[in-house]
Amino acid sequence: MITAMMASSYNAKEEDGHHSGAAGHGGAGAVKSRKPDNTAFKQQRLPAWQPILTAGTVLPAFFVIGLIFIPIGIGLYVTSNNIKEFEIDYTGVDSNSPCYSCARNFSSNSTTPCTCSLNFTLEQPFESNVFMYYGLSNFYQNHRRYVKSRDDSQLNGDLSSLKEPSKECEPYRTSESFPIAPCGAIANSLFNDTLELYYVESNGTRNLVPLVKKGIAWWTDKHVKFRNPSGNSNLTIAFQGTSKPVNWRKPVFELDPLDSENNGFINEDFIVWMRTAALPTFRKLYRIIQKKPSTTPTLPSGRYILTVTYNYPVLSFDGRKRMILSTISWMGGKNPFLGIAYITVGSICFFLG
Amino acid sequence: VWGKVFAAESGRQRKKKTKESKTRTVHANILYDSAKGEESPNRHYANNKIKTTKYTLLSFLPKNLFEQFHRFANVYFVFIALLNFVPVVNAFQPELALAPVVFILSVTAIKDLWEDYRRHRSDKEINHMDCLVYSRAERRYVEIYWKELRVGDFVRLRCNEILPADVLLLSSSDPDRLCHIETATLDGETNLKQRQVVRSFYDLDCDFNPLKYTSVIECEKPNNDLNRFRGYIIHRNGRRDALYKDNLLLRGCTIRNTEEAVGIVIYAGHETKAMLNNNGPRYKRSKLERQMNVDVFWCVIILLIMCLFTAVGHGLWMFQYGDKRPVFDVLSPEGTDLSPIMSAIYLFLTMIIVFQVLIPISLFVSIEIVKICQVYFIHNDLELYEEETDSHLQCRALNITEDLGQMQYIFSDKTGTLTENKMVFRRCTVAGVEYSHDANARRLAMYQEVDSEEEECVSHGGTLPRRDSVTSHTSARVVLRSQSTKSHRRTGSRAEAKRASILSKHTAFSSPMEKDITPDPQLLDKVNECSSKMDFMRFHSQSLSTLSSDLCDIIDFFVALTICNTVVVSSPNQPRQKVRMRFELKSPVKTIEDFIKRFTPSRLTSSNNSSSSSLNRSNNRGCSSLISSPSADSTLTKLDEEKTAPDLQHDFTPVPPCFDPAKSWRLEEGELRYEAESPDEAALVYAARAYKCSLVGRLPDQVTVELPHLGKLSFELLHTLGFDSTRKRMSVVVRHPLTDQITVYTKGADSVIMDIIRPPDTGKRQKKIICRTQNYLNQYAADGLRTLCIAKKVLSKEEYACWLQRHLQAETAIQGREELLFESALRLETNLHLLGATGIEDRLQDGVPETIASLRKAGLQIWVLTGDKQETAVNILLTLNADSQEACALLLDESLHYIQAKFLCSSSDQAAKMYLTNNINNMAAADLYPSLPVHRLGLVIDGRTLAYALDRSLEDKFLAVARSCRSVLCCRSTPLQKSMVVKLVRNKLKVMTLAIGDGANDVSMIQVADVGVGISGQEGMQAVMASDFALPRFSYLQKLLLVHGHWCYSRLANMILYFFYKNAMFVALIFWYQFYCGFSGSAMIDQWYLIFFNLMFSAFPQLITGTLDKDVSAETLQHLPQLYRSGQNSEEYKPYMFWMNMIDAFYQSLVCFFIPYFAYADSGVDLFTWGTPITTIALFTILLHLGVETKTWTWMNWLSICFSVALFFTVALCYNASCPTCYSPSNPYWTIQRLLQDPLFYFLCIITPCSALLPRYFYRACQGTLFPSAVQVGRQLDKLPPETRRNILSLSRVTTGSPLSLQPHFLSTNKPLPKDNEGTNNISQTYKKEDAGKDKDTSKDMYSFVNSEGDTLPYTKDLPRGELNISCKTPEALNTSPEVSHGLSPSLVTSPPLLSPTDSVVLPPEHGPPCVRYKRSSEEGIQGQDRTEHKIQVAL
Repeated sequence: MITAMMASSYNAKEEDGHHSGAAGHGGAGAVKSRKPDNTAFKQQRLPAWQPILTAGTVLPAFFVIGLIFIPIGIGLYVTSNNIKEFEIDYTGVDSNSPCYSCARNFSSNSTTPCTCSLNFTLEQPFESNVFMYYGLSNFYQNHRRYVKSRDDSQLNGDLSSLKEPSKECEPYRTSESFPIAPCGAIANSLFNDTLELYYVESNGTRNLVPLVKKGIAWWTDKHVKFRNPSGNSNLTIAFQGTSKPVNWRKPVFELDPLDSENNGFINEDFIVWMRTAALPTFRKLYRIIQKKPSTTPTLPSGRYILTVTYNYPVLSFDGRKRMILSTISWMGGKNPFLGIAYITVGSICFFLG
Repeated sequence: VWGKVFAAESGRQRKKKTKESKTRTVHANILYDSAKGEESPNRHYANNKIKTTKYTLLSFLPKNLFEQFHRFANVYFVFIALLNFVPVVNAFQPELALAPVVFILSVTAIKDLWEDYRRHRSDKEINHMDCLVYSRAERRYVEIYWKELRVGDFVRLRCNEILPADVLLLSSSDPDRLCHIETATLDGETNLKQRQVVRSFYDLDCDFNPLKYTSVIECEKPNNDLNRFRGYIIHRNGRRDALYKDNLLLRGCTIRNTEEAVGIVIYAGHETKAMLNNNGPRYKRSKLERQMNVDVFWCVIILLIMCLFTAVGHGLWMFQYGDKRPVFDVLSPEGTDLSPIMSAIYLFLTMIIVFQVLIPISLFVSIEIVKICQVYFIHNDLELYEEETDSHLQCRALNITEDLGQMQYIFSDKTGTLTENKMVFRRCTVAGVEYSHDANARRLAMYQEVDSEEEECVSHGGTLPRRDSVTSHTSARVVLRSQSTKSHRRTGSRAEAKRASILSKHTAFSSPMEKDITPDPQLLDKVNECSSKMDFMRFHSQSLSTLSSDLCDIIDFFVALTICNTVVVSSPNQPRQKVRMRFELKSPVKTIEDFIKRFTPSRLTSSNNSSSSSLNRSNNRGCSSLISSPSADSTLTKLDEEKTAPDLQHDFTPVPPCFDPAKSWRLEEGELRYEAESPDEAALVYAARAYKCSLVGRLPDQVTVELPHLGKLSFELLHTLGFDSTRKRMSVVVRHPLTDQITVYTKGADSVIMDIIRPPDTGKRQKKIICRTQNYLNQYAADGLRTLCIAKKVLSKEEYACWLQRHLQAETAIQGREELLFESALRLETNLHLLGATGIEDRLQDGVPETIASLRKAGLQIWVLTGDKQETAVNILLTLNADSQEACALLLDESLHYIQAKFLCSSSDQAAKMYLTNNINNMAAADLYPSLPVHRLGLVIDGRTLAYALDRSLEDKFLAVARSCRSVLCCRSTPLQKSMVVKLVRNKLKVMTLAIGDGANDVSMIQVADVGVGISGQEGMQAVMASDFALPRFSYLQKLLLVHGHWCYSRLANMILYFFYKNAMFVALIFWYQFYCGFSGSAMIDQWYLIFFNLMFSAFPQLITGTLDKDVSAETLQHLPQLYRSGQNSEEYKPYMFWMNMIDAFYQSLVCFFIPYFAYADSGVDLFTWGTPITTIALFTILLHLGVETKTWTWMNWLSICFSVALFFTVALCYNASCPTCYSPSNPYWTIQRLLQDPLFYFLCIITPCSALLPRYFYRACQGTLFPSAVQVGRQLDKLPPETRRNILSLSRVTTGSPLSLQPHFLSTNKPLPKDNEGTNNISQTYKKEDAGKDKDTSKDMYSFVNSEGDTLPYTKDLPRGELNISCKTPEALNTSPEVSHGLSPSLVTSPPLLSPTDSVVLPPEHGPPCVRYKRSSEEGIQGQDRTEHKIQVAL
């Protein structure tokens, strides 16, 4: 019996030659063969592309990269150059600066705000929408403990967090046994200078440039992330039982008393501030100067006066404050770097090639 | 009653034992059956259950965790994760920080669990094997599992069973009370060993009855010495009998040739000698991993520096503000004002958490995964699969695959690993005439051409009968076997033969290759002529002395081959039934009276009686087919003799062979089977059979031989002086039936026989014969054949009587019996007449020479460590060798001086001289292992010398000698010595070692080596169990090392480097950011990205590349073994590469950081909106970097990269859309969505990776063009069309100038010794003890030595001739090495240069004496000898 099976197994093997199927024949061969499958994958014979980096193969690649990058770079550079930007520092470091006295005599609990005015001239008219930024330098909004010092649920209008802010807000969590709303260091250090822009016409009259304060924050921030405490349309009541941040002059529900859609946590200046800047020198969108329906430029060239209500101290940490006016293009603000980078890299590639 | 007495006694003894603790007392269990084991005195001994698993279900978690925490990295990561729970320093959400650690620990745990489960399964398999144990209740032997076996049980063992435990042999079915075992699994020796029944049970006539057993055994405690067992057995009557190792059957051995044996278990389970010899597996860590750990350490240092830098920076940053605290510098949660210093300290810890990614946590897991995948692919390689045995390569160690690519030394077992352990008769010389057996050589060559032989098959073996074989188990086996025999005849492949032998399990030494010797026609003619003459003379009652002495020698030669052995004959139909029967008349002759009786005419009757009684007995034994029993057959022959040959002077068989009924039966029934104790014997018997001189029966007192024309002749066996390793020969004393002379036939190592042949002055002819034979022996030796000399001697009756008397005295002597017997043997074996010599080949396995050749080309040093007796090998000179430490030291010194002297005179290089002189002075310094030029010398060292050489004081010298030799052979080394040699080389030379072996004797070596490879074959499983890789055959080592090893190494090396780069690059991004965030430990990369970047986003492509990337194709790697050097020299991963990668990583991170920095400088971008593009850019850069490093792109690579990118964006999109308030502090709600609408983001993503990778890409291109490495050239070769590539590959063997043939590493000796010079050219330098250095040139000594050499390395000439052709393609090749091709023995012709001839260093003949010998009177230690080397060279 065994013999017969063995015999058949051998015969099968002989007939099939190399095929593994032979193992299936005969009783003794019924044991599954452990022969590996002859698949390209298992035998590591997958069809493959084998690039070999030699001069011959690499040169064309360099040329191609160069040819693509240089035009892009030029395009970006031109775009960036078309953006008009004006920047003015109003910190008041120099003694001849209008804001010098404000900066010097700053005290947080003075009731009368110090104001100062700066004159400047725009050489060229600014077309289209103009964005007004305030810029801070040397302000480490990205400091690790600073970044963490907030309570997102509180800002989202969560009632329990309103009463019981997150531990992360320490030491700006409670004030006189009341929970601070909004808690945390970021909110506490809210930028509170007020900037006003006047256009001085050739006859000397000052025209207030209309500044739009809405639309400066991310839409998702304003509508999803930030929410006033629900339950009561009256913010004063909603925020009852909370304390204002230590450095603030007025509570959160008085940030913009005129517009309930811009008050409380959903105040856009507040939201913009809460989006902590990545680098110590940063600018934040303050206002938008909307394009006029007529053909006149948004900001015609000429003299302007910037009136600053100087509330925010920066000299203690050697900071600087700036006001920036800028138009934007499809790729954002003025920044020739990327264009230059493209041109440089493209040229290097071309050169190497 | 007895039980109680014994219990009492045992109680006493146990007390004694606990006091002394030196012995173990074993009682029979059946005496205590009623006590249910409670009372059993044996209950304290380990049972036979083995357990090699590490964990149990309960202990798994704690134990595994404990073990995992031994890995520093794991502790580190857990520490960091815990650090995160400290509020002052925490950087991430604590739960999140735990994720990677938990992930990594669990992956490793699952892997460990799986491995342990595999061990558990194999344990279970072994534990559940069956054995027969005597049960008192049932009064018979019952089958139980191995694990149920206990000490004190009676085990019945049947033929071919594996011993379940260490068993004391109490009874054997063998008439001589012997039991044959094969100890291959323990010591690798495949010859059968005899074990004896305990003396007190020796005379037991009836079958052993366990119930009557009442003795107590006292023996030594379990130990791991395989060759020692002492104890005694105390009988009821108080008699004591000593027990020796000859009484003990060891676990793992196989019972052979013995129908049945009974024994009592002495040691069981883990206490058996076999298990005690199995040390637990060493935790192996690959070289790459060790190297990697160094760099991990560097990473830690870099990390600490970075943290320190940041901490100091933070302190200074804080300090600059002084007391005025800026609004953004938040107080600590406790509201306390932190001083800059405290703040810096806290920050330091925080930074460790933030930068933790630098220590690649996922590296360890990724490496494990990649290794598992690599193992999977190695497993599935079709070329490493052997169809015949349905076995493929097994990777048992999962963590050292890449070591395969870095091997430098290979330590190989010989028998069964390199060779098939099948001796094949090759050539012989009779009476000074050489019969080259060309046809035989051709036949053997045929076996090598594996499958091409189908139609060639000779028919005579394939017609084994099958008619009566269906019923009994035994006959089924036989048929199975004949079937298998047939099968290998059909395909002719040795692989088939192997399979067949596995199937039939007990074909000890008879593959068709050994059996079917094609006779040399010339010799066959002579044999025929001679026997017909003898036949004629016999009929005419002429004296045989009239026959020419040449012819006489031929017949004697074959008779000697046939009878001078211990081969047992069995017929195929009753394979297990030993023909040897029990006789009243015991052979050999016992007394003088017996002698007188046997040498009187009445002898025949008595002998006849005896044989007829044996016939009866064999009837009684109930054998199935009696008539076919050779014993019966021989009895018939005897009866025939009696009838027809009344004249005692002419004792022959008158019936012509064709009428011989027995013969006709034989033709009908098929062949007889020979079961030999050693394969050599079988080979010789089969060889003789080819000349129709076949052994048909062996009885204890007579041997029946069938000769052509003469028919069956019965030689009365008077004495057998068995083989022993001191004498290195065996002799039989027979009475020649034709001449009725008492004749001694001796067979033995040529060196010994040459010494004891009759002095040459006796006759000119004899002198000539000796001279010629010696020449041929040298030639055989050069061919690597095992040589044996055959001699005879005729004794007169008086001489015999005289010798016998003293011999009997010796036999009966009580004291010093061994010595007396030895002397007695020496007395007999003198003044021999040389008949001839044989050359036997221990055939190498398929492809072994090619494998070794290419491994050598790959720069591997190959040492052969074998436990085999190199009987004829380094022979008596070695065994009488250095017996003291000093002698050995001197020997080593001398060898060294010799080597140096030789080097100096052959080298013209002055610098080298200086170097060497230095070297001599500093020889002992351990760190000075000079890279001595690899010499042509080979070192042969035997076990005893090795024992001295391995001593601490000498090991340096030994290594120095060994290193300067090209090949080293350690023979007769014990398993421990093997492992010591490996350990020595590994530790002292700091090289990567691979040990390969097949038997349990190699286990310790396998475990010690960096990589242990087991040959999974017939020889048990121990080697396989201990090994890291188990191969079906040696030749697979080539692909395993050259291809898989290379791949694994280069893949893993590249992956590790990539990992370091990747992590450093990623972490450096955050580091640069610290300059812009006041060193506050802030990270612009979201913590989720930071933690999962390594684990998820960038993990898959590198895994795919690490698994699938092939730098060079398998074909090229195999054709250009030189490429292996890249692994040996660690070229893929050198320390500087780590730093280069680090620098590159820092450069790339700078680019990836500052391009976005400047692009977003002074803008309203927020922290994480800026960080996300950086993360994306980093991902792209890292993936593209991998792309630059990837050598082969399959769809898997593309897919994995696409998947990675897709995964990142999917996760980012989901994550950024999921929760507007969660994930503090980053709160990345809608970040990526906004970014994706921003064109700037895309522009960044294009330019940054490009500029980051520009330098590397450029460097790679330059390197590939200007100075390509060997591997790169290999890769370029791959791109060529197959035809061109083949041409180039074959060319590369001869062209040295090509970049492909790297440095000529091997100074291969292609200059073989001219044949005709051999006698004169061999100056043997003999260092005498008294006058050292005095040259002595005794050709005889030298001869013996040279001959003996022949057997040291019996592998030669298996290199394909094709290579020679290749090497001769160029004209220079022909010019430079004319010797290679002309006028040499065939083996030398077939030994082509392994490299191009131009590489070889051809020493002028006047330098370098080709043969050197160090001799200290008769103590011979080490022999560095060119001949050996030459042979190794030829073979390897």
